[in-house]
Amino acid sequence: MVTRLDPKTFDATAEITWCAGCGDFAILKALKLALADLGIEPYQVLVVSGIGCGSKLPDYMTINGYMTIHGRPLPVATAAKLANPELHVIVTNGDGDSYGIGGNHFVQTCRRNPNITQIVENNQIYGLTKGQYSPTSDKGFVTTTSPDGAIELAFNPMAIAVAAGATFVARAFAGEPKHMAQLIAEGMNHRGYALIDVLQPCVTFNRVNTYDWYRKRIYHLEDEAYDPTDREAAWAKAHEWEERIPLGILYRLEGFPTYEDQVATLEGGSPVSRLLELARNPRPEQYERLKDEFT
Amino acid sequence: MSSYVVNDMSILIGGDAGQGVESGGAGFALSFARAGLHVFAMQDYRSRIRGGHNFYQIRLSERPRYSHSNPVHLLLALTPESVALHLDNIAEGGAIVFPDRFQIDEAPLKERGIRVDALPLVRIAEEHGNRIMTNTAALGAAAGIAEFPFDYMESVIRDNFARKGQEVIDSNLKVASVAYELARRQYGSDFPYKLRPLPEAPKRMLINGNEAIAMGALAGGCRFMSAYPMTPATSIIEWLAALPREYGVVTKHAEDEIAAACMAIGASYAGARAMTATSGGGFCLMAESMGLAGMTEVPLVIVEAQRGGPSTGLPTRTEQSDLLFAIHAAQGEFPRIVTAPGTVEQCFEAGWRAFNLAEKYQCPIVVLTDQLLSSSLRTLDMDAIDFAGVKIDRGSTLSYEELERLSDGYKRFEFTETGISPRAIPGHPKGTFWASTDEHDEHGHITEEIENRRRMMQKRMRKLDEAEKEMQPPSLYGPAEADVTLVCWGSTYGACREAADEINEAGGRANALHFVDLWPMPSQEAERALRACKRTVAVEQNYTSQLARLLRMTTGVQVDGTLNKYDGRPFAPEEIVAGLGLAESAKSGSAARR
Repeated sequence: MVTRLDPKTFDATAEITWCAGCGDFAILKALKLALADLGIEPYQVLVVSGIGCGSKLPDYMTINGYMTIHGRPLPVATAAKLANPELHVIVTNGDGDSYGIGGNHFVQTCRRNPNITQIVENNQIYGLTKGQYSPTSDKGFVTTTSPDGAIELAFNPMAIAVAAGATFVARAFAGEPKHMAQLIAEGMNHRGYALIDVLQPCVTFNRVNTYDWYRKRIYHLEDEAYDPTDREAAWAKAHEWEERIPLGILYRLEGFPTYEDQVATLEGGSPVSRLLELARNPRPEQYERLKDEFT
Repeated sequence: MSSYVVNDMSILIGGDAGQGVESGGAGFALSFARAGLHVFAMQDYRSRIRGGHNFYQIRLSERPRYSHSNPVHLLLALTPESVALHLDNIAEGGAIVFPDRFQIDEAPLKERGIRVDALPLVRIAEEHGNRIMTNTAALGAAAGIAEFPFDYMESVIRDNFARKGQEVIDSNLKVASVAYELARRQYGSDFPYKLRPLPEAPKRMLINGNEAIAMGALAGGCRFMSAYPMTPATSIIEWLAALPREYGVVTKHAEDEIAAACMAIGASYAGARAMTATSGGGFCLMAESMGLAGMTEVPLVIVEAQRGGPSTGLPTRTEQSDLLFAIHAAQGEFPRIVTAPGTVEQCFEAGWRAFNLAEKYQCPIVVLTDQLLSSSLRTLDMDAIDFAGVKIDRGSTLSYEELERLSDGYKRFEFTETGISPRAIPGHPKGTFWASTDEHDEHGHITEEIENRRRMMQKRMRKLDEAEKEMQPPSLYGPAEADVTLVCWGSTYGACREAADEINEAGGRANALHFVDLWPMPSQEAERALRACKRTVAVEQNYTSQLARLLRMTTGVQVDGTLNKYDGRPFAPEEIVAGLGLAESAKSGSAARR
């Protein structure tokens, strides 16, 4: 039986510096709701972020929060989970952080399948640097660094995640925090890597992809006869964008072993627990036999 | 020949990559170690998998040797090219052993007093095994000429080929013994250098710097290592990955060095002792991680096995050109520690001590080695690797009991006198905390407030002052009084030590001042040591005399001369001795470099 917590358990006192109306508020709220619903205490959670507006999120809630450097939260989080699999490890970062500078880590994480959950605050723009196009900006998007419109095709995180082997691929919308909370909770319950890409309007710098723009296009996969275990169907859904944008779980593969499940040396203790034991009792004699290979 | 030189010689095996130069050489070196001889063995290879000249050089002695030495007494040439390339190094009375089908102009060799020992090595290999065993035949012949008892070779062949089955063992043994007998009969009596086992000698290990670092790290509690393969650091993670599972070492071959360093940080943040290892190029990619660990005060151990730079440079060769880079890598100012072991024993110590320093001062530490130290083998007494002497000191890391006693509102970055704040491992109800690469307050929350910034900078930087107190002063090898002091750091110790010995044995007066701990520089002791010297010459495997610059910066002392080598090949003691007369004045700044 899960004991639900009061979402206020996760409140913190730090001053929130996001713009009024920023989609990040909804993500913060949804994450607290999800953790409360799952009955996970603040001390059991590690939220790792990168750099950018969305990456300030851990500062604004009571959990173990690690705000790292631009693009790198995934390897930090992956290893924290490997070192101590008992921690519930969540990554929050923006589209530039995850799909741009951290793009390789993102692809590798999809195929690696660590038991962590990533929430990408995808506003299709660089906000903290005041309005440049991002990997997910649509082709033609005009910004200070793309005065004639962005030339590249937009990065499609859903398709790339499915192609790279991610086992849980979902999309949420900042205008629907309760739905987002459900997806985050499902992602955390999923054994393996879970991606929740959140469409999150930047109210200051993105005048195209607004709340209204999204509301006109989004629909819920749960409302249709859709089978998220069908990879071919997920591939098709991942490519819906201009007219209709699906929300919900696009793809889900349960029962696939996590990365940690397959690390033989984790059997019998984690690096963290083994070190605690060694610090108490170093047992130097256990290493003596290793000298033989050199004689 | 009536007078023999016993147990004091160098053997060089030269051939193409893929001819078993390294594997054969390492096995041969082990047979001498088993016979009680002291061994120093180094490999010289190119950045390619097949082809290209490689060599393996083994120095043998009845006393410990710390470097190779240029004169070669026995050259095993598996290619005709090997003869031409190493001719100038062959000592008087030395011999070249080679397959008799090579077309070699013997006259000029014989003129120089070099013995030319052609043998049907390829035919022996083909007749009793196959052509690939030509290296085995050459090694057998070398042992025969030096009259080194065959039993030691046999034991190594049996062990090294055990996994390949009895047939492979038998044919290698046959090839080796036929070549051994033929060479001994044909050339043994003429060859003045002999190798005799020392049955009274204690059992010893034959081990390189990377292996010693990995062992030290293991004993020091390291149970997580992430790395991206890069010569010459790769064998560290390979050794840890190959350990029996029960040691519980989690290794991760990451997608790049950025991820490798970030993974080590993530594991360390979570409470493990974690490390990564790379060379200069990979360390470039880790610069941002240095800052991440520095700013969030997460212990991080990076082994940087230097190789010839810049950029891809000389990928398989040695250099000491990343010292100032390691001390300065990443933007901003934060405490870090840089240490450079000089010997295999010091590598073992660095392997575990790095974790104590990193956890005590909650900062990144770079262990600087180089290709020479990481891959050269030396014989060590069994107790030189002393597991019982390894300490695990986690500094101000809070234990479970200490976490229980914490009051509410734990401050991960509490202002303290030493700058070291009690560190919680995430996962305890009382020890929840934030950490941010943005400037932050004592709780870890982001702030740009002026007074906090000043105090937080001072807090972090005070840790460097604390660390300096336990940095090891430079060590002096040789007589206290000397006419010339060879100032060195890291692996150059070996050649400097041998050079000092050579000078002193010839009636001169030389010593070597060796730095292991380089940052924070133990500046008072360093200054005292330098000022006590008559004439100092910084001997460095780089172009710009980086230690000399660092010493001037931290002590105000200018060395009297510099001796530099940057061709990727390690200093031989003879080169240092010869170079001392030429050592350029550090003050003149002229470019008469080697």
